[in-house]
Formats: sequence, structure tokens, C-alpha cells
Amino acid sequence: MSEIATKVQSIIVDKLGVDEKDVTMEASFTADLGADSLDTVELIMELEKEFDITIPDEAAENIATVGDAVAFIEKAQQN
Amino acid sequence: MSFKRVVVTGLGALTPVGNSAQQLWDSLIKGVSGAGLITRFDAEKFKCRIACELKEFDPLCHFDRKEVRKLDPFTQYGIVAAEEAIVDAGLNVDTVDKSRVGVVWGTGMGGVLAFQQEISSYLEGACVPRFSPFFVPKVISDICAGHLSIKYGFCGPNYATAAACASSAVAISDALMLIRLGKADVIVSGGSEAAITECSIGGFGSMMALSTRNDDPLTASRPFDKDRDGFVLGEGAGALVLESLDHALARGAHIYAELTGSGLTADAYHITASHPEGTGAKEAMRLAVKDSEMQLTDVDYINTHGTSTPLGDVSESKAVADLFGDHAYKISLNSTKSMHGHLLGAAGCVEAIATVLAIQNGVVPPTINHFADDPNIPQLDFTFNKPVNRDITFALSNAFGFGGHNVCLAFRKYL
Repeated sequence: MSEIATKVQSIIVDKLGVDEKDVTMEASFTADLGADSLDTVELIMELEKEFDITIPDEAAENIATVGDAVAFIEKAQQN
Repeated sequence: MSFKRVVVTGLGALTPVGNSAQQLWDSLIKGVSGAGLITRFDAEKFKCRIACELKEFDPLCHFDRKEVRKLDPFTQYGIVAAEEAIVDAGLNVDTVDKSRVGVVWGTGMGGVLAFQQEISSYLEGACVPRFSPFFVPKVISDICAGHLSIKYGFCGPNYATAAACASSAVAISDALMLIRLGKADVIVSGGSEAAITECSIGGFGSMMALSTRNDDPLTASRPFDKDRDGFVLGEGAGALVLESLDHALARGAHIYAELTGSGLTADAYHITASHPEGTGAKEAMRLAVKDSEMQLTDVDYINTHGTSTPLGDVSESKAVADLFGDHAYKISLNSTKSMHGHLLGAAGCVEAIATVLAIQNGVVPPTINHFADDPNIPQLDFTFNKPVNRDITFALSNAFGFGGHNVCLAFRKYL
């Protein structure tokens, strides 16, 4: 697992209060990890803060899984 | 239509002198003070460095980590106390008609800690507007009532009352009216407060409302004493399960006491100072007795608002002396704030619990920390320093709030 993926995983474990083993790349925030719309917004904000990036609302709407979040952050950090 | 009678069937308390209604009562009759130096934050630079904090309360014993983050302490306290009251009432949440169960909950300051933290983090973050989506639902005053409805599925009337330090007394009065009118069978009512924060201690301190007896916290809350110098801020929650007498009898519930009436008035005088003659307080007590269809001479006990402020204690005792005349000197009075401190929006309910338990146990808890009589205060029987045994049939509980709100609740022994 990449450094980014590990960090994302630990943020999700902290914010959503879920088990680390459940935070797979395929896991959906809402369907698998029990997040509601407010949890998802908070998570996105925490990722912005931790990785010092901006995730526009339109992009955030397309981040549904852990993998989506990791991919977005990796791309954002390359730019 | 005839009004329904309303009874108290469940008690729950989380206070600086006890984490349950029973522990609260045990401390009250022992005369235990819950005051100490503030540990919640570094109060070194504050004029007031003392408060009545909860003891040994760990939110993680009641909520998971995720819930703790989403609930301001005022909501955590409220849920814990309400749960105790619901269990104590023996209310079966699986079989009760949940559309007929409501929650009316008071708080003075709401989520003041969450507010302070969020604003601080905004300013520290160079004013980048990154507000948590949980900020608003943590701060708003009604959220505790909302959480209780979600937790138990109670779909009846659900809202918060705000009348500063009379908030939970207003909640209980509203619950009385709702049940009387048949709008609900059961109401979980009470209030919670978690305001031992920099901004509250600083704000109340600037108003000269707080005791600054920092070198002797245990004796700082001394209602009706000559050398009282302000209130000691407390925190926690109180909860009552109130229900119609018919509903309580039908399910064979234990009845602590009957809530027979309430009186509500405004001083229409000043934003923080009580009226010097206690006119609003006097009228609230008169109305509560009248609402109960009782006589002034029936009153055995008054749990006063008695905050230990220089002005408030004078006007309240004058109000009692003036309203009750000769009978005033036959009434047992006390201020349990001498022990648990001033729980602001939760005070009315915590003191209603003390009143109900005084009726049930036939004991008036003391007003501790009395050292010298104040010549400006009528020398009523304030139950100074030691509890007294007394058969209590009819009792009042006062709560007054900044803004000039006065509430008096009346309870009668259920026979």
C-alpha cells in the first residue's frame, strides 16, 4: 500500500470509527463504511487539510470509494 | 375538557456531586460540595478559577469514539441522564406508543464548547473557511432533544426551551402543559449544560456573577450567607420522565410525586439583575400554587433558585417573605446549589429532582456553607448546614434566568 493510501486509511479509521481491515480500496464510504452525507463532507475536508490540497465540490461528488480518494490525491500531488 | 394529571415516574441525573439521581441525593443529604479548581482548561489568568465539574465521567463509557466527536458534551450529558430516567421509569421502549412520547429539553448555552473550538480552529487556520459539517448540529440548542428522539424513536412533541438558568424548568412546565392537554402521554424532560469553558467563565466573570473565592472552592457557593460573592458554575444534566397519571397507573409505574402546577412570569426590569423586590419571582410562586389548586399555607418546602449572588438571594428571600407572610417562617427552604453549583440551563431540572426526592424521603437537604447571617435577608428557615427530617406534602422549586425569566414548579406527594 502506498504512503498516501496508508494515510488515507488511518484518517478514515479515525473519522468513521471503522476497522482498518474494512477500509479496502473498493470500500464505498456510504455503502460499506457507514458514512452519511455529513461524514463524507467531513472526510473530504480532513483529506484537504492533511494533504494540503483542494478538492472542489464537483470532484468530491465523484469520490465514492477509498480508491477514488487515493487516486484523486495522488493525481493532485503530481500536479 | 378536563385536564390530565401529571406524575413523575423516572429520574436521571449527572451532576458534580453524583453521576446518578441516587448518588446526587446521597451527596445532598451528606452536604457534599462539588466545587474545586477548574481542570478543563488553564484558568490561571481568569478572575474565577473554580467550578463544580463532573467527577469521573468518561464519555467513552457511554458512546463510541465516532459519536463522541459528533456530540457536544451538553448533548452527551443529556443523553446519559435521560437514559437513566427512562430505565428508572421502567418505560418499555418496545411496547410504548412512541407517537405519544415526546422530549422537551432545556439548555442555557447549548454547544458552547463546540462553538468555541470551531471558531478557534477557523482563526488558527488563517481564516480558511473549513467548518465541520457537524459544527451546526453540535451547537444548536435543540439537538439534544433531537438525538433523544432518534435514539429511542420517540415521535411526539420534540423541541428545546431557552430561558437561560430557567431553561429546564420551562421545559418541565411545557411538558406539564402538553400532557395535561393530551398532546402526549409521556414526555422526557429536563436539561443539560456543559459551559465550563474559557468563554463562559470569562463572560460570566466579566458580569461579576461568579464567586472568586479561589483559595477555598469548597465554601465558595454559600447562598444566603453574608459573605456570598457570586455563583459557582456547575455542569451536567437532569432528566425526568413525566406522564399522565392514567398512563402511569395503566402500566403500574412507580410514582415519585405529582407535578401539580407551574407559574411563569417575567421581571420586565433588567437583562441580568433580578427585580430588587422579587416581584416576578413572587408572582411565579403564587401562580404555581394557584395552578396546583392549593393554598399558600400548604407549602412545606421551597427549593430556591438561591445562586449565592449578592442581589439574587436578597430579592428571592424577600419575595418568599412577602408572598407567604407569617407562613414564610414555617416553610423549609434550601439552596442545593450550595453543593452542586449552578448548572445554568440544567439547574431547574436537577433541583426539581432534589425536590421530588425530598418529598419521597421526607428529608430537606441542607444549604451548606453558612457562616454568618446577612441582615439584608429575611431570616427564614434556610436549612443551614444540616439536613432536617420533615414530612413534605407540597413543595415548590424556583428557577430564574438572565433576561428576567421566572419559573416556579409545584410538586405534591402522590397518595
